[in-house]
Parts: sequence; C-alpha cells; structure tokens
Amino acid sequence: MPKQSSIEQDGTIIEALSNAMFRVELENEHVITAHISGKMRMNYIKILPGDKVKVEMSPYDLTKGRITYRYK
Amino acid sequence: MIFYKTDNEIDAIRESSLLVSKTLANLVEMIKPGVTGIQLDQRAEAFIRDHQGIPAFKGYNGFPGTLCISPNDQVVHGIPTHKPFQEGDILSLDCGVKKNGFFGDSAYTFVVGDTSDEIKKLLKVTKESLLKAIEVAKVGKRIGDISFEIQSYVESFGYGVVRELVGHGLGKSLHESPEVPNFGKRGKGTVIQQGLVIAIEPMINLGRKEVIQEKDGWTIRTSDRKISAHFEHTIAITKNGTEILSDFGIIEKEIKQQHQILI
Repeated sequence: MPKQSSIEQDGTIIEALSNAMFRVELENEHVITAHISGKMRMNYIKILPGDKVKVEMSPYDLTKGRITYRYK
Repeated sequence: MIFYKTDNEIDAIRESSLLVSKTLANLVEMIKPGVTGIQLDQRAEAFIRDHQGIPAFKGYNGFPGTLCISPNDQVVHGIPTHKPFQEGDILSLDCGVKKNGFFGDSAYTFVVGDTSDEIKKLLKVTKESLLKAIEVAKVGKRIGDISFEIQSYVESFGYGVVRELVGHGLGKSLHESPEVPNFGKRGKGTVIQQGLVIAIEPMINLGRKEVIQEKDGWTIRTSDRKISAHFEHTIAITKNGTEILSDFGIIEKEIKQQHQILI
C-alpha cells in the first residue's frame, strides 16, 4: 500500500522568524520552518501567527517548506 | 527517523513478504471474468489467517479490506466491491501481511482474460522500471537515484508518474521513513545503508500523471480515466547485497499454470 506523500500539507503559523521565514505546525504535529513563495510576496500577502496556510515540501527534506497559500 | 534492521528482523520481514506473494499466487486461479473483488478479498484473508498472519491493511486508518483491488483507471487504494470483473480489465492487487510483529508489502497487476497491446506494454514497462530501480538500490547510492531511474525510464515511453503517492520504508509499522518517490533527481535524498528495508512501488499512468481521490476517502483514480499500472516489491539492503524479499516468481509460475496472459 503506497504512502500519501508529504508534498503538500496544511498547517498553522506558530511564530514569525526573520527574513520572511515562519515556523509552521503541520496537521501531523510536525514543526517545520517555511518561507513565503515569491508569488505571495509579489501580491503582498501578509501572514501572521495563527493563520492557516498551505505548505509545499520536498519529500527529501521534511524540515523545510514553502508557503503557497493563506486560507481566508 | 529511519530504523535500520538487523539480520533477524530482515528474516521476519522476508517471511511476511513471502506470505504476501503466496497469497497473491493463491488468488491467480480466481482472476477471471465474473468474479468479484469481495470474493478475492475473503479468500485472501482466509489464506493469510491460515498461515498465522494478520492482514495488514484491514483496519489500517479504517481501510475495510484485506486487499487493495484497483481495476483499470483506479491507481491504488481501491476498496473491494461486489462488481464482477470483465474480460479485458486490469487489476492491481496490493496486499500486506503482519507476521511475528513485522510487515511485508507487495503488489502485482493482473490481466483478466486478454487485453490490448498498448496496455500490456504499460504493464511490462512498469514492471521493468521496478526491476531497474532495484538494481540501482545499493549501499552508497541515494533514494533519489532510485527515483530518477524509475522516472527517466518510464517517461521515455511518454507515461505519467504519479506524484501524490510514494514508496516507503517498512518494518514494525507499515509505513516508515524514508519516503521513496517514483520521481526525483540523482544524488538527492537519504544515503542507502545496510539494514534499510523499503517498498518500491512505481504507479504509472497511460495518460497524464494527475490523480483524483474519490469521495470514499481511499480510492485514487487517474484524472483522465486512463489505465494505470502498479507493481511493488519489498527489498532489503543486506551485507550480501540487495535482496528482494517478496517474490514475483511464484505468482508468475501460477499465471503460466492457469494459462493466463503473462506480461
């Protein structure tokens, strides 16, 4: 039985770090650092602790991610 | 966290994996038009329990069956149904067993009756990609080398590689680290070391790579409703080299005996 890959997941921002990086808690309770995607920066989408976001990850490094969407 | 297994643990996983292959071989004679998925599922469960195993999928995150039966455009995680198989269907049977505390996991795609050359080629390429990937899996290589081998071989035929589902490590639980994607770059990912046990499982679509999850929360099917193939081996990296713990040989012997189409 194949495993659902961890490429795209939802999470909650728990802390804003410097350089537009954020600490995000995923649904599976893992905590990763993630940065904002370029597309979100171009459209001036602001992110605050407590926001629900969609995070993209690489299956090879499960400690970093890219925030691609902020839920309303 | 990756758990590297000792020789004794690999022996236990080998036993479970072989029981999976025997179960699939036992089902071959039932794969013909008119048989339903539920019938296959019941026979598989009885066979596994007769051999002191526990069906690993039954109840896993609420999955209802012993087998994942995914006909035609379903990629994986298909739930057994009462719908009879038809001539020309292709069936991905995925089975897992827990025995002595360790899991084994393997899958094979069967043809009901006969089918077109186009589909036979898809199955052949998928199986070859799995075998090529296993050849690459050696101490010192990386998971990305396995991924690259599958992707480059399969995409040279114009097929789509499913992104949303990946192979996995296994041992005391069915899904462990590391993830083994079927797509990737050479030289990336975890270094393969002695004691690593993983399930490699290319899921290859005849058409596009996009897949959709059905509303039942399990079944994954292709978005363009074209055929998809799935083969899976459990392999271990031992001090004597790479060893395939599950066995397609006994399944294929049974297919020949039943005069079915061998890919």
